[in-house]
Amino acid sequence: MDKIKVEICCGTACYLLGAANLMAVEDEIPESLRDRVEVEARTCLELCEKENLGGAPYVRFNGTEIMAQATSEKVLERIAELAGGDGRDA
Amino acid sequence: MLNGATFIRRELMIRIVRAFDDGTIGAELDRIPVKLRPKDSAASRCCIYRDRAILKYRLMAMMGVSVEDETDETRQLSSYWAEKEAKAGGGGARGTHPSAPLSVCGPACSGCPDAKVVSTPNCRGCFARPCVYNCPKKAISIVGGQSVIDQSLCVKCGKCVSACPYHAIVKTSVPCEEACPVGAIRKNAHGVAEIDFAKCIFCGKCFAACPFAAVMERSQLVDVLAAMKRGEKLVAMVAPAAEKQFPGKIEQLLSACAKAGFADVMEVALGAEMTTSHETAEFIERMEKDPKTFMATSCCPAWVNLVGKHLPDLVDHVSLTPSPMVYAREIAKAKDPSAKTVFIGPCVAKRSEARRKDVDYVLSFEELGAILAGRKIDVIACEPWPVERPANPTARNYARSCGVTDAVLTEATSRIPGFKLDAKQINGIDRKTCAMVKLYASGKLPVNFLEVMACPGGCQNGPCSLS
Repeated sequence: MDKIKVEICCGTACYLLGAANLMAVEDEIPESLRDRVEVEARTCLELCEKENLGGAPYVRFNGTEIMAQATSEKVLERIAELAGGDGRDA
Repeated sequence: MLNGATFIRRELMIRIVRAFDDGTIGAELDRIPVKLRPKDSAASRCCIYRDRAILKYRLMAMMGVSVEDETDETRQLSSYWAEKEAKAGGGGARGTHPSAPLSVCGPACSGCPDAKVVSTPNCRGCFARPCVYNCPKKAISIVGGQSVIDQSLCVKCGKCVSACPYHAIVKTSVPCEEACPVGAIRKNAHGVAEIDFAKCIFCGKCFAACPFAAVMERSQLVDVLAAMKRGEKLVAMVAPAAEKQFPGKIEQLLSACAKAGFADVMEVALGAEMTTSHETAEFIERMEKDPKTFMATSCCPAWVNLVGKHLPDLVDHVSLTPSPMVYAREIAKAKDPSAKTVFIGPCVAKRSEARRKDVDYVLSFEELGAILAGRKIDVIACEPWPVERPANPTARNYARSCGVTDAVLTEATSRIPGFKLDAKQINGIDRKTCAMVKLYASGKLPVNFLEVMACPGGCQNGPCSLS
């Protein structure tokens, strides 16, 4: 199965608006899912243009799916969903 | 720490930078409150109109304007901006530094009820009644199986709070008043917080503590942006506390500053090296003159303000050695006398010191972050700045509690082998440590070197730090 790709935007805007706290998410991924998830810190993903600033910090899943106002909890939840039911109560 | 208050502040700062760079700031300022709280959007407070009014005041403070001094409520942000632009950086005798770096936004203040200790329904009316037995004022009685606190007798010592096994007794608080070490912030006749600037030491603790973000900094952000645009040669002097504030190394942060438009960049830690050298010499000299005396450090501006305003007996004990920022300014001016200096750090009180010591501008790490974010500069994507030499590790360590002590001790033992330092640290100024300082001053506690930092853990945990 393909790995779930999680890109955390660490552009300065996202960093200031919460991404600094998101990097720890990697350590919180349940043991059973760890080798199925790839977490990457990225330079600015250019999602915070103009009016979308309030949506920072941004996280991107599998290259296409955007999550705004990301928190560790939301990211972990989405990872579990993407992984399917099997990983959830690990 | 990130919360709703820091989030909105940073978002507004980034919007200001973007609008400035687009050349639309004059008109955009008036639109930002509406853009953030458009028609039919959810309000953070009672309604979007109040939210918008508060956002306007936040933007005012970010332009350096005092909310307390507002005389015409109908005046628009664009008008304040126009006035600033007309002055073109002229400012007063003190440059563009505001007279006081803090301002209270009345409409944002919640007018928190006075602090008191109250019993909650969690009380089980237990048999042991540790609250009753531990109350030194006999203020607690059990009425109808519930503890009741007589407010006329209660002195808010909190003994019952810690004694109750059910956590049934709580102490409510007025966060700003509780955070202020000198009693400078109080509710006025209208029940709104007000700062007595004659007493305020600008430590920024109320600013960091207020859950309604009613205490605001008066910023020089737009002054710095305008100075850059005018082509002034600005030198970014980055405080040692910058380590770990941004992703990447301090040399990368220096590059990011250069990329953002600063003509030159330097570490304030280079100034800290000079402070160490001079302060050590001063200390040795003082000890030779009178071995029984003690010397206190002088690099924390909130501490220097505290002594100046509240502890006159201690004035002679505070080191006369200039702070790392002042030496950094000297280094920058020696390199280029026409340069304008910008201190970048985590501190509110530095704004008051900069005003006295002819440092032209002060930016917080948040404000620098907003400039970098607005100009799409990622610190981790920057090459390290080619510094002539990195600052000494003991100088880079100034931002941590015990850092100044270590630096002076290392220097003193290198000059006089076996040199003894009876050092104590005040790690964070609050009401308790203020009382402690007085004991040192009266000679009741032994010490010859007293390091004082207003923020617990040192400058790295300053009120405007990012992490």
